[in-house]
Amino acid sequence: MSARVDVRKTYKLYIGGKFPRSESGRSYEVLAAPTGRRATPRFLANAAMGSRKDARDAVVAARKAQPGWAGATAYNRGQVLYRVAEVMEGRRAQLVQDVRDSEGLTPARAEAVVSAAIDRWVWYAGWADKYAQVLGGLNPVAGPYFDISAPEPTGVVAVLAPQASSLLGLVSVVAPVVVSGNTCVVLASEDRPLPAIDLAECLATSDVPGGVVNVVTGRTAEVAPWLASHRDVNAIDLTGAADAAGVEWGDLELAAAENLKRVLRPGGSGPEAVEPDFDAVPDLSRLTAFLETKTVWHPKGR
Amino acid sequence: MCHPGGPRVVRWCPRPTVTRPHRPPYTPGVSTSTEVDPTTRARDILGVSRLTNSALTGWLHGLPGVDQVGCEARAAALSTRSVKTSSKAWAIDTAISMIDLTTLEGADTPGKVRGLATRALVPDPSDPSTPSPAAVCVYGDMVPFAREVIGERDVRIAAVATAFPSGRASRAVKLADTRDAVQNGADEIDMVIDRGAFLAGDYLSVFREIAETKEACGDARLKVIMETGELVTYDNVRRASWLSMLAGGDFIKTSTGKISPAATLPVTLVMLEAVRDWRDATGEQVGVKPAGGIRTSKDAIKFLVTVNEVAGEDWLSNEWFRFGASSLLNDLLLQRQKMTTGAYSGADYVADDAPSGY
Repeated sequence: MSARVDVRKTYKLYIGGKFPRSESGRSYEVLAAPTGRRATPRFLANAAMGSRKDARDAVVAARKAQPGWAGATAYNRGQVLYRVAEVMEGRRAQLVQDVRDSEGLTPARAEAVVSAAIDRWVWYAGWADKYAQVLGGLNPVAGPYFDISAPEPTGVVAVLAPQASSLLGLVSVVAPVVVSGNTCVVLASEDRPLPAIDLAECLATSDVPGGVVNVVTGRTAEVAPWLASHRDVNAIDLTGAADAAGVEWGDLELAAAENLKRVLRPGGSGPEAVEPDFDAVPDLSRLTAFLETKTVWHPKGR
Repeated sequence: MCHPGGPRVVRWCPRPTVTRPHRPPYTPGVSTSTEVDPTTRARDILGVSRLTNSALTGWLHGLPGVDQVGCEARAAALSTRSVKTSSKAWAIDTAISMIDLTTLEGADTPGKVRGLATRALVPDPSDPSTPSPAAVCVYGDMVPFAREVIGERDVRIAAVATAFPSGRASRAVKLADTRDAVQNGADEIDMVIDRGAFLAGDYLSVFREIAETKEACGDARLKVIMETGELVTYDNVRRASWLSMLAGGDFIKTSTGKISPAATLPVTLVMLEAVRDWRDATGEQVGVKPAGGIRTSKDAIKFLVTVNEVAGEDWLSNEWFRFGASSLLNDLLLQRQKMTTGAYSGADYVADDAPSGY
């Protein structure tokens, strides 16, 4: 009996709840992280090499999904996101394998990373119906009316996912964006896109509406400038620009200034910008970075 | 005409042998369709002594059938052209200048029509070099509000008439509707044909209705809406096109925009073939207006490619080709801004033309 032939995978993008090929038709080889013993890196899968037009399509999908997602009740968003964690738990084996291959971790360490990622997702999902109480409130005024500040989502957020922490980092940047009602276009880690593709498959089989999270794989230096300059993107998270080849986060921030996007810089500033440590327990700063505060006054009733 | 002296039901024969010595040769930019009484002209073209329904039936059914598979394949092939950089810039500006900016809702208000007319005059306030659409297209009673804004400037006002969109009214009502719109100051009239009569085979009634509406139009150009979505087959689209041109339509238009499918590329291709063959046969140029369902720049460029390839360059101006559309303008403007600024643009940078909901 002959050995079984490998099923070689060619993954696609995740845009608007569908898995389209890149408009450019290109793909690239994803290789395992070097682990020391092997001379040549091991082939893992082919990933779609997204182009600027894929990014554009993803922004259109995100824009279309935004009002519906922001309009869902906070409680509902929390439930929907919790369901994602359930699906991730169900796909644990696949996530562990891909994190292990992508990051070159030991099996035990990969298990720990996946657990942390799922817990992180649940942690943010829990904030869905709580952050408004913490961040908003009733302002004291000297008059016969109420003055209320309420946090609202910024809109469409472009997220450059961390280059190194391919799952825990990814979850840590995506979950705080979508929990408040933003929709996002995620540019996955250039060399480690497989966990992002796994997450896309989890999202597609959960209750998250299509277009809320869109995942584009490809070269960060090629696609990121188009997202940074896109005038229909309201904010950009530059975390993944820290260690990406061929792109300076400062240039992206400059392009983002054109339409006054909110910008979340990578950890540190200047040339020493690095990816933050995602193992640390998060605070609400990533969530608040993509919120707008709406303040209204309301007459007092009797 | 092809078989003088033959039976009264004459088959129309394809292009090359037709000669009409008493008509002047075609001169670009000049429509000659109003010179003689349409019935006389039709008799002449059909080669019959009396214009009857059976004569029209024989003529229309003698047109070569449309190869459905071939037509759709050709349309698909023409959709694959890649139009880039300076050609794309030209195509976008040309497409904008060909738009009949349309609002045809029961909920149209004078304010909405004024807003539409203002948009037609200044499509993109951030870039004054943007060309204006060819016309605004509104209901007949809304024409005065559009005229208020447009005045004598170079955007025309088109009005739909003849019991748009169904066309279900008596002829007297339809003609009154047309005269009313012209009196209100419409430069162009978009009429609907009686699809019921057409499908029942009463071509003469459709012919007369178009001819009488044309007469009621006076100086206004007449666009004949065939509502291709209700005609079912490409053969019917071809017949309706020839019938509309025979009766004196200045434009043939696909749809009202109220029926789906509306302006598909294959249907427009059949109509473009019809106007091309009509000019070869009679020397008269007739315009084409696809309307409804054309929403993106990509779609618009596909139509422009098809116009160029099927009918020819003579049709590549807003004198002879129009898009009936409302949301297309915004997408073209977004593309135009992308080409000017180098960054993708968004809905925040064009006018919100969604129905207000109030």
